[in-house]
Amino acid sequence: MRIISQIGEWFDRRLQLAAPIREVAEHPVPRNTASWWYVFGSAALTVFILQLVTGILLALIYVPSASEAWSSLQALNHDVTLGWFIRAMHGWGSNFMVALVLIHMVQVFLFGAYKFPRELTWIVGVFLLLMTLGMAFSGQVLRFDQDAYWGLGIGASIASRVPFAGPAIVKLMLGGPIIAGATLSRFFALHVFVIPGMLIGFVCLHVLMVLKLGINEWPMPGRVVKRATYLSEYHELTKKDGAPFVPYAIWKDMFFAAFILIAVAACALYFGPFGPTGRPDPTIIQTVPKPDYFFLWLYALLSLLPPSMETPALLIGPVVAIVGLLLLPFFSGEGEKSWRRRPIAVLTVMLIAITLGTFTHLAGFTPWSPHMNAWSSDPVPERFLNGTTALQRQGALVFQAKQCRNCHSLGELGGQRGPALDSVAVRLTHDQLIRQVIQGGGNMPAYGKNLSPPETTALVAFLETLHPEGQAPAREAAHDIVLRETGTRP
Amino acid sequence: MPNENRISRRGLFMKLGVLFNGLVATALAVPIVRFLLSSVTLGHAGAYLTWVSLGRVNEFPEGETRLATFRNPYVMPTDGQTVDTACWVRRIEGDQFQVFAINCAHLGCPVRWFPQSGLFMCPCHGGAYYRDGSRASGPPERGLFEYSHKIENGLITIQAGELPTPGPSAAITGKNPPCA
Repeated sequence: MRIISQIGEWFDRRLQLAAPIREVAEHPVPRNTASWWYVFGSAALTVFILQLVTGILLALIYVPSASEAWSSLQALNHDVTLGWFIRAMHGWGSNFMVALVLIHMVQVFLFGAYKFPRELTWIVGVFLLLMTLGMAFSGQVLRFDQDAYWGLGIGASIASRVPFAGPAIVKLMLGGPIIAGATLSRFFALHVFVIPGMLIGFVCLHVLMVLKLGINEWPMPGRVVKRATYLSEYHELTKKDGAPFVPYAIWKDMFFAAFILIAVAACALYFGPFGPTGRPDPTIIQTVPKPDYFFLWLYALLSLLPPSMETPALLIGPVVAIVGLLLLPFFSGEGEKSWRRRPIAVLTVMLIAITLGTFTHLAGFTPWSPHMNAWSSDPVPERFLNGTTALQRQGALVFQAKQCRNCHSLGELGGQRGPALDSVAVRLTHDQLIRQVIQGGGNMPAYGKNLSPPETTALVAFLETLHPEGQAPAREAAHDIVLRETGTRP
Repeated sequence: MPNENRISRRGLFMKLGVLFNGLVATALAVPIVRFLLSSVTLGHAGAYLTWVSLGRVNEFPEGETRLATFRNPYVMPTDGQTVDTACWVRRIEGDQFQVFAINCAHLGCPVRWFPQSGLFMCPCHGGAYYRDGSRASGPPERGLFEYSHKIENGLITIQAGELPTPGPSAAITGKNPPCA
């Protein structure tokens, strides 16, 4: 023991770090901040360290070359001992890190921790969030498969819409005229050197400020932040009702961080690594590219925005959101911290969470995309054909052969781009059906040039049979009057 | 007695040192920035665009739309398969052709041709186009991107080399097929 302490002293005489470290560890924190609500930041940091370790391990095998990246990922998955597990840990670690950073941010927001004097801590935190998302996107590119390739195409298409500088930004992003080797290399540089370097620097700043300014006290309704008095009040609080950070508060951080690491490992073991999906060969067009989980909401938003709103929303939306987050502590740097007294803050979080959750959920089954194979793989259910005439059956064939099924479902099978047609005859009359098929409209293409008159007649005859039993198909009132008066169909 | 307004020898050297470093940094910044922006400057110079053959005209039956592939003319050693590019070739009749980029005019996903319904459909966000490339429905604001093409010695060639994107690009004709 004596030797160990002597060695320790030898080092400390030169480093002189023991005293400041002890001071940091034992600095008093408000007693009620030793709470399970205060563990998300340290857990995010723990997962970041996990990402650094697993990332370096992956770099031992991974080849950042467009011609070999995909094969090196296959080697990691199948040939290298436990390569699949390290990939899975890195992939799941990424999901957990994005989630933890977001949860941490929501907690900080709801607890008013961004208010005076922690404005800069919040601002650095906003940059940490952006860098985490940047790591997530660039990481998806390094998994150089079909999703990565077409995901880059989407990124380039968005960047190209920037007024004037668009084409230049696209070439800067791609490193050349197309998505190719140079593109992967520059995303490798971003993912492995540039963003992690910045992340490490910003994390240090963030933690330093937490230590210098003290952990945000538990917000009490009625305890209002004022710039003039806050610092002395906080100092008083830590003096009167404080406890040393180590060991009083840190054990919860440690337990939670360990729990998160186990959760990442459990997901990695159970679900395995992400992809890679098909080879990044642009001539294989039978692909349905999809972004990773945390960008699914954006994927949904891009499908649902009206076309004219899209470019402004894409270019202005992120700027407004980021500037709003950065300016938040300047607009509400004082006042109530407790979420019990900040209904608008709570509603804002709920609104954003529900919006993002809904978009993410929708992106899970993409109701806006045609089902490319529905016309040949989803047969017309038998019950729609029982007791039909030859013409109507011919119409059912036209319905399948002309790919109507790719966008319209029958019996809950088929695309959801257009409305389900199980009871279309109740909604549209004979004439309206013909008009809709020939001219399209309401986001449906016009089929006039691709349907012969007999095909249209058969198709409409089939569509007219699509109504629930006991519910009459729609008909135009004028027809009946004309029929009564003239005895002929108009 | 040194005058307070006078610059001391060490102060002067420090200022000169800052100035010297500034000059060196500026001089070094020139090659660094030129290196970083090389892909942009090459693009401005039109170095990426070339005429590429898609095959003999006879390989494309009249009245049909076929998938053709070509190797992107600008190749780096590490590009692998990414330089293989696909496009849709529509032979209307005789020497009348339309060559469409594979990329949806919305966000660049690969569109697929359905001859039965005469539509191009996009798997990503549901864009659809008619056989002449004009917009049919969905989020795209315009028709499919069309390559400039010409027929020489019985070969159909297109001017290609850049990824077509919704923003202005030299690789594609600015022509927007009329809405049907």
